[in-house]
Amino acid sequence: MKLLIKSGRVVDPVNKIDEKLDVLIVDGKIAELASNIDAGDAEVINAAGLIVTPGLIDMHVHLRDPGLEYKEDIVSGTRAAAAGGVTSVVCMPNTSPVNDNLAITRYITSKAKEEGSANVFPVGCITKGLKGEVLAEMGELKEGGCVGFSDDGLPVKDGEMMRRALEYANTFDAPIISHAEDLTLVAGGCMNEGPVSTELGLKGIPWAAEDAMTARDIMLAELTGAHLHVAHVSTRGSVELVRQAKTRGVRVTCEATPHHFMLTDEAVRNYDTNFKMNPPLRSADDVAAVRAGLADGTIDAIATDHAPHHIDEKNVEFAIAMNGVVGLETLLPLTLQLVGEKVLTLEQAIALVTCRPAGVLGLERGTLSVGAVADIALVNPNKEWTVDAQQLQSKSKNTSFDGQKMKGYAVRTLLAGQTVFER
Amino acid sequence: MNFQHKHILGIEHLSAEELTFILDTADSFKEINTRDIKKVPTLRGKTIVNLFFEASTRTRTSFEVAGKRLSADTINISASGSSVVKGETLEDTAKNIEAMHPDIIVMRHNASGACRYLAERLDCSVVNAGDGMHEHPSQALLDAFTIRQHKGKIAGLTVAIVGDITHSRVVRSNIYCLSRLGAKVRLAGPGTMLPPGIEKLGCEVHRNLEDAIRDADVVMMLRIQRERQGAPLIPSVREYSRYFGLNEDKLKLAKKDAIVMHPGPINRGVELSTAVADGPQNVILDQVENGVAVRMALLYLVAGGEQLQND
Repeated sequence: MKLLIKSGRVVDPVNKIDEKLDVLIVDGKIAELASNIDAGDAEVINAAGLIVTPGLIDMHVHLRDPGLEYKEDIVSGTRAAAAGGVTSVVCMPNTSPVNDNLAITRYITSKAKEEGSANVFPVGCITKGLKGEVLAEMGELKEGGCVGFSDDGLPVKDGEMMRRALEYANTFDAPIISHAEDLTLVAGGCMNEGPVSTELGLKGIPWAAEDAMTARDIMLAELTGAHLHVAHVSTRGSVELVRQAKTRGVRVTCEATPHHFMLTDEAVRNYDTNFKMNPPLRSADDVAAVRAGLADGTIDAIATDHAPHHIDEKNVEFAIAMNGVVGLETLLPLTLQLVGEKVLTLEQAIALVTCRPAGVLGLERGTLSVGAVADIALVNPNKEWTVDAQQLQSKSKNTSFDGQKMKGYAVRTLLAGQTVFER
Repeated sequence: MNFQHKHILGIEHLSAEELTFILDTADSFKEINTRDIKKVPTLRGKTIVNLFFEASTRTRTSFEVAGKRLSADTINISASGSSVVKGETLEDTAKNIEAMHPDIIVMRHNASGACRYLAERLDCSVVNAGDGMHEHPSQALLDAFTIRQHKGKIAGLTVAIVGDITHSRVVRSNIYCLSRLGAKVRLAGPGTMLPPGIEKLGCEVHRNLEDAIRDADVVMMLRIQRERQGAPLIPSVREYSRYFGLNEDKLKLAKKDAIVMHPGPINRGVELSTAVADGPQNVILDQVENGVAVRMALLYLVAGGEQLQND
């Protein structure tokens, strides 16, 4: 099985490659990168005018499978991923039942392998049942394929529990992914606290709810020497806390979502529940800080927090609507928009959705090095298109970007050399 | 003036000219309420549903009386608890009511934005009778009406509003309404009851009652909800009353002819001393009386206003 991708602009940040090259794939692996490869009998894909990148890695996805398949499942979720140029998704454990035992981990990985259109790397629970009381069996979960541990959606409230979780996960060389939020400060809030929440009469969530917990978790990472990954940073303060901690040598990484670097709480003004998520959309100042964190390397990954919800869970009063939006199919154009707006270089942007999240989680993905698995996205960076929620591959249509113009998309996605999506 | 609004969702969407027009229309209806036969045929054949998801005596009765005096058929529905508790969504509840072809739904709901949500999904007119902590437009209009009645004008006056600003939909609507009509609005309350950025709506914020009411023309006291006592917001009703309650001594800081208002229901001895509540400066029952005329004007205008008379 030979496949030759001809004449594309190959961008592979790990190897500092950004030039027009041919890529030869043999038996699902990258065999050669060179100009003008003559591979005889290989199937040829003409990539002239396209960018050839490692397949994207989205390190924060809710696949909702098992148990909540009415929102999404492994088949539809990975199909959405493939359509977005994403070849690896890291899925959060707040399914039903939750992923706190080997049986669930194996269910996810085997279903993904048999029926999925992308690699699926599960995240296991920090605590059994996401209850914050007893540690999950992280060793066995890691052996079963879990790449990190999180009680995502819920913070680990108890300080000692978080400390022990970091120490214990470190035994198995796995990061703890923190959903950093002090729930006593959230206190029933449903959007960012500020002038907009005041005007709308919606209870606000102050930035301090995120910063306070981020600070605690960073202290605990510093204390234990373990690897902390802060999920979806959304405030100026939490970006700054991570920046300072990195300077001190603390093993901390973090991610940001496209909606947190593209939108502010002004978007909530019409009470549209497709702008309700957790953490909430913040102020313009916070957006600027997140962008600065992406530009200076403080933020290690762009991840979507893809959170599918059924229309019935969103078509309700704002205060009682579920949190979250889908994101897999808009990750690539929104990331490229930061290049267009000169926030990031193309190399930085690609790194934030490929090799850098791979580095955070120790995934052997996110590069086009010879010998690497041929997970590849062929991207038309200039194609203008308009998001139509009803046309999304995801089962759920809760996007913040319905009707918005985008620039750039994946025209073809390869998973270990096999085409899993083609436009 | 041609009043174009199909819905009354909040004061935010109304211009100074429109606000004045509503008040003038209410003026023309006020006299009906003192007649022997308190009824005009203006809205005969129209159906108005009062859909109340929160307990309300004053507002619901006021809307009902307003509708009846205009000869509309009014139906009251008290939906206890939120739609979620009932197991039916708000949209389904409203669509079922709409299937019976009402002309206007007057709704009170505990969720901010609920009236807008309804207006986006229904064909009939929606009038907001209070949505969460967002707006309470008919209250603000009856307050403005009462101020105009007693002061002859609104522009140039200083209005102090004191109490739980954060949780008050009355405040938000009043800030929009009074500032647009040219009054200066001052707010005061404990720090726990002052939401961030409220000044951007068009008002001054003070940390104590005295600064807010000094030389004010109007002092509006808000109800303090006793259930908030003990929550982190205030230590006790006793202490709240000491610093943010209005008594005769403190009232002397306001102008001599200042009027005292309250959207009701009042807590005697908490935000208002009984002496003030019953004193010569209080206009609380005028507010209630004017509420009917203002709501008649709102129902009349959203039902088609002047066009009705030409039919």
